[in-house]
Amino acid sequence: MDVFASSVLAEGPIRAVAASGGLAGTAWLLVVLPSLGAAVLLLGGRRTDRWGHWLGTATVAAAFVYGLLLFTDARSLAPADRVRDVRLFSWMDVGSLRLDLGMRIDPLSLTFVLLITGVGLLIHMYSVGYMGHDGASRKFFAYLNLFVAAMLVLVLGDGFVSLYLGWEGVGLASYLLIGFWQDRPAAATAAKKAFLMNRVGDVGLLLGIFLLWTKLGTVSYAGVFAGIGGLGAAEPGTVTAITLLLLLGAAGKSGQFPLQAWLPDAMEGPTPVSALIHAATMVTAGVYLIARSNPIYALSADGRLVVVVIGTVTLVIGSVIGCAYDDIKKVLAYSTVSQIGYMVLAAGLGPAGYALAIAHLLAHGFFKAGLFLGAGSVMHGMGDETDMRRLGGLWRLMPVTFATFGLGYLAIIGFPFLSGYFTKDAIIEAAFSQPGWRGWVFGGAALLAAGLTAFYMTRLMVMTFFGERRWADLRDAEGNAYHPHESPLSMTVPMVVLAVGSVFSGFLLTQGQRLAGWLTPSLGELVETHELSPVPVAAVAVGTLVASALGVALAWLLVARRPVPVQRPQRVSALVGAARADLYANAVNEVLIARPGTWLARALVFVDNRGVDGLVTGSAAALGGSSARLRRLQTGFVRSYALGMLGGTVVVVAALLLVGTA
Amino acid sequence: MSALLLVLLLLPLAGALAVAGVSRGGGESAAKGLALGVSLVELVGVAVLWASYSTADAANGVRLQGTLSVDWIPTFGAHFALGVDGVALVMVSLIGLLVPIVLGYSWTPGSTEGELPAGRSSAGFFALVLVLESAMVGVFLATDVFLFYVFFEVMLVPMYFLIGRFGGARRQFAAIKFFLYSLLGGLVMLAAVIGLYVSGAKARGALGGTFDWRELVAVAPQIPHTTQVWLFLGFFLAFAIKAPLVPLHTWLPDSGAEAPIGAGVLLVGVLDKVGTYGFLRYCLPLFPDASRTLAPLVLVMAVVGVVYGALLAVGQSDMKRFVAYTSIAHFGFIALGVFAFTTQSGTGAVLYMLNHGIATALLLLVVGMIVKRGRSRRVSDYRGMARSTPVLAGLFLIAGLSALALPGTNSFVSEFLVLLGSYPTRPAYAIVATVGIVFAALYVLWMYQRVMQGPEGGAALVAAKAEGRLVDVTRLEVAVLAPLVALTLLLGFYPKPVLDVITPSVTATLTELGAPRGDPIPATAEEGTR
Repeated sequence: MDVFASSVLAEGPIRAVAASGGLAGTAWLLVVLPSLGAAVLLLGGRRTDRWGHWLGTATVAAAFVYGLLLFTDARSLAPADRVRDVRLFSWMDVGSLRLDLGMRIDPLSLTFVLLITGVGLLIHMYSVGYMGHDGASRKFFAYLNLFVAAMLVLVLGDGFVSLYLGWEGVGLASYLLIGFWQDRPAAATAAKKAFLMNRVGDVGLLLGIFLLWTKLGTVSYAGVFAGIGGLGAAEPGTVTAITLLLLLGAAGKSGQFPLQAWLPDAMEGPTPVSALIHAATMVTAGVYLIARSNPIYALSADGRLVVVVIGTVTLVIGSVIGCAYDDIKKVLAYSTVSQIGYMVLAAGLGPAGYALAIAHLLAHGFFKAGLFLGAGSVMHGMGDETDMRRLGGLWRLMPVTFATFGLGYLAIIGFPFLSGYFTKDAIIEAAFSQPGWRGWVFGGAALLAAGLTAFYMTRLMVMTFFGERRWADLRDAEGNAYHPHESPLSMTVPMVVLAVGSVFSGFLLTQGQRLAGWLTPSLGELVETHELSPVPVAAVAVGTLVASALGVALAWLLVARRPVPVQRPQRVSALVGAARADLYANAVNEVLIARPGTWLARALVFVDNRGVDGLVTGSAAALGGSSARLRRLQTGFVRSYALGMLGGTVVVVAALLLVGTA
Repeated sequence: MSALLLVLLLLPLAGALAVAGVSRGGGESAAKGLALGVSLVELVGVAVLWASYSTADAANGVRLQGTLSVDWIPTFGAHFALGVDGVALVMVSLIGLLVPIVLGYSWTPGSTEGELPAGRSSAGFFALVLVLESAMVGVFLATDVFLFYVFFEVMLVPMYFLIGRFGGARRQFAAIKFFLYSLLGGLVMLAAVIGLYVSGAKARGALGGTFDWRELVAVAPQIPHTTQVWLFLGFFLAFAIKAPLVPLHTWLPDSGAEAPIGAGVLLVGVLDKVGTYGFLRYCLPLFPDASRTLAPLVLVMAVVGVVYGALLAVGQSDMKRFVAYTSIAHFGFIALGVFAFTTQSGTGAVLYMLNHGIATALLLLVVGMIVKRGRSRRVSDYRGMARSTPVLAGLFLIAGLSALALPGTNSFVSEFLVLLGSYPTRPAYAIVATVGIVFAALYVLWMYQRVMQGPEGGAALVAAKAEGRLVDVTRLEVAVLAPLVALTLLLGFYPKPVLDVITPSVTATLTELGAPRGDPIPATAEEGTR
């Protein structure tokens, strides 16, 4: 029996705020500011080249300040009043459909607003240095602004369709930014792949919306959450279907199994993009969707179970593959896949996990963005080299990068008292705290992945910053020697800020359940289920530390104690081979979808030209006797036309007379 | 308002005659300027019509506005009758919008491959476009079935000459194919029109026969079911050829590929919509029982078209045929919306007709601009074009994003409404059509990748660059595309004025259809929060 059936959220009356009233009433400024930046940069052309990047950064900075104001404003209200809906204007009003563009200002959306604009601001600043040499940096900042605007629409929307507007908007921004260097065929292909796999997920999200509309006659959060209880009582199967459809959407956007294959390819984009979009914000939208839809998931234990399974499968897949890659960005990408797996797992636990998922999401936003920016800094200094086998011994040459990256590393492997220690361990403990076999399976997998995380991150750290300077004897793609150097201040300052966040955010967020308390109006009370754990929670905590220590030690033995070959070893075990091949996810897609699809399209083109058309043209020709006579038809059109009219008339009148008399 | 309708109908025709006269006098530029001027005046007229159309009256049950009826052929009760409802208003507006854009685009003739050939007098082209405009306005404003039929056939003549005289290399073949298909549909429809007269007369008893649309709608339910089915099929065949539903679509890729870009825009953007308009205006209200019985047939054709058109678009190697196949997929969505019988799906379908006109015009015009530079329609002749023509590439992407119905573009609103509205009554069809959005993303982004992305190359592109033809968009081209881009975004976020015009007419149509309404009703509690 479902242990949370009793904890279904009683959605209180939502306070509607007039569009003009109060600070919340002008929250649309949050979205308008970065949109304006994007519009000016895209329409202004070369004129904006000199100051465009500062405009882009300034608009995001202004949005961040505005977000802070809204946050303090919300803190000043009683918790019960902190969920507010602001209606902006009517989007689609057709018959019984009343669909507004509006915003939900509540603790959950405000948390995301601060994450998006805060990390977004840091990454804009970083990009000023990182993209300074790129001739098209104006376009880069325009797309980055577009992304921030769309992501804000996603989290601020007051219903599933407003969310969908932002959802596909971030998909577009992601497409544009992955394919930013569109001369490179790999970048263009990766961009297309990302958009397509996201669209597969979007089909699920859309169908979920349609189902909600069919059953409830509304798609706003307020309406859906008010009516879903009744639907759950009457048609539990439908609610489960809705949860699964929403999960499909979440899996597409968040790179969860079986739609994870696009995220590593997305590393073709510039590194700040990987940090902002493919680590800190956009890819966490799936977690947001599940957390936001908590009143729906509360009604379906089966739906939640599938969420947990998907999260568990993904976190294992991601951490296994992460061990096999030599490309620094791809390792981080699979690490992201795996960490989001943790968040999805937590979100699937229901009231016991929502706040944990969001806490890990925020901490991950700090440390993973910091790690990506560090990787970008390494690439910046190393002539865009991403192969870790060609790096090594960089810690002395790039001290700031090393220090900030190192703190991010300690945070992600759950080093005591850094952020991952608080947020990831909490999820592992909650995963163990499930009834029956579930605790062992989910908790065990999460524990295993924690060890693997420590392994691949240590391997990355050692190969990049320690050991021999393997690059000293090598030449880059253009045949030049490597000249590693520390990055400029505009890049290191954001890295330092994120490193500070990586160290303290976990403690600050989880201390006294501060974040969970703040999120209660949106997500309900955090329910602790530790008593369900088959082993004492303290033992789980110790076990996690041991697993991580083992991972670190193993990596140290394999990578640091032996020289790293510059050439990738080809004779490897079956498991390593499989991991290098992304556990065959791309091969499966290729065999099951891409190749049959190509054949089908080709076959249909053939059939359409020869078959369908041939049939029609052929029968027309047969009717006319021959194609030669057909050609002659055009000269005597009027006559034959009249004849045809007469013929048709006779036929129909005859048919009518028959019908009439029958 | 009725005088205005008459003006809108006759002005382009008069303009065409004047243009022909001026061009005979030798001034080709003057003739073109006159034509463009006439089309702009027509656009102003459309704006006035839009302003004077009362949505309040429409919501209060006034079915047609600005009605005007004159006895035309009294012996069999044919009237010269005009009138406008929300659906017709939207379509006439689309015509008014697209004709000046098409003329602006065709101002400077191109060279080959379905561009307006440089050798021919383009004044003739301009005059024919105006004739076509009159005929198309007539089709949408006619409220007499016989008059509608006449305009339906007359419309073919200028289009036949536009393709056959000004088209690409295989223009003769394409024009004949277009005409034969339309002829076949038209003939069967004529038979059905006469059949409708006969059954209408039977149902009206002492009142006698008529072609008046409103009179016929009033007695439509009394026509026996079997008769309705036959008559429905007669009309349906003509309409399904026009708004090509699979498997009656094969004329469109040829016509779309060979027609000069300007004519192609009017063909795919407006003329084909007569088919879907016909479903809504004639099939549903005149044959309500048959429409309900045969809806599954149409729905199957619709969703097959969504998937089939998209897959074929993926496989195309010719850019203009590509646009034609994307349209076949989009017509599938429209037909789904019309035959799902909810207010949302029907309104979405009508909005789709408008939005598809805008989106396809944008896409086809951009393709035309690419072809004008490279002098080839073959996709493989281009690679990495974005490097030299970044603004054109951006416009191509915007057009593509509208074609794949990205939220924020106009097409999203209509596609979403069609799918959302179809789901309550026809979930299976709606699910298949929703899967179509993945294919749409595939054909758009793959085409964009092949033409615009990657390293610069491709025979046509290299040649164009060598000859200095590879320039980014000109001022004239920006002026032509800017209104379309602006509408794409505007209607993406604020479609309300258009929806308010469409909805009452769709509601009235569904009432005439007499189907049980499938619209989900929201809980009253939520209404209170507004």
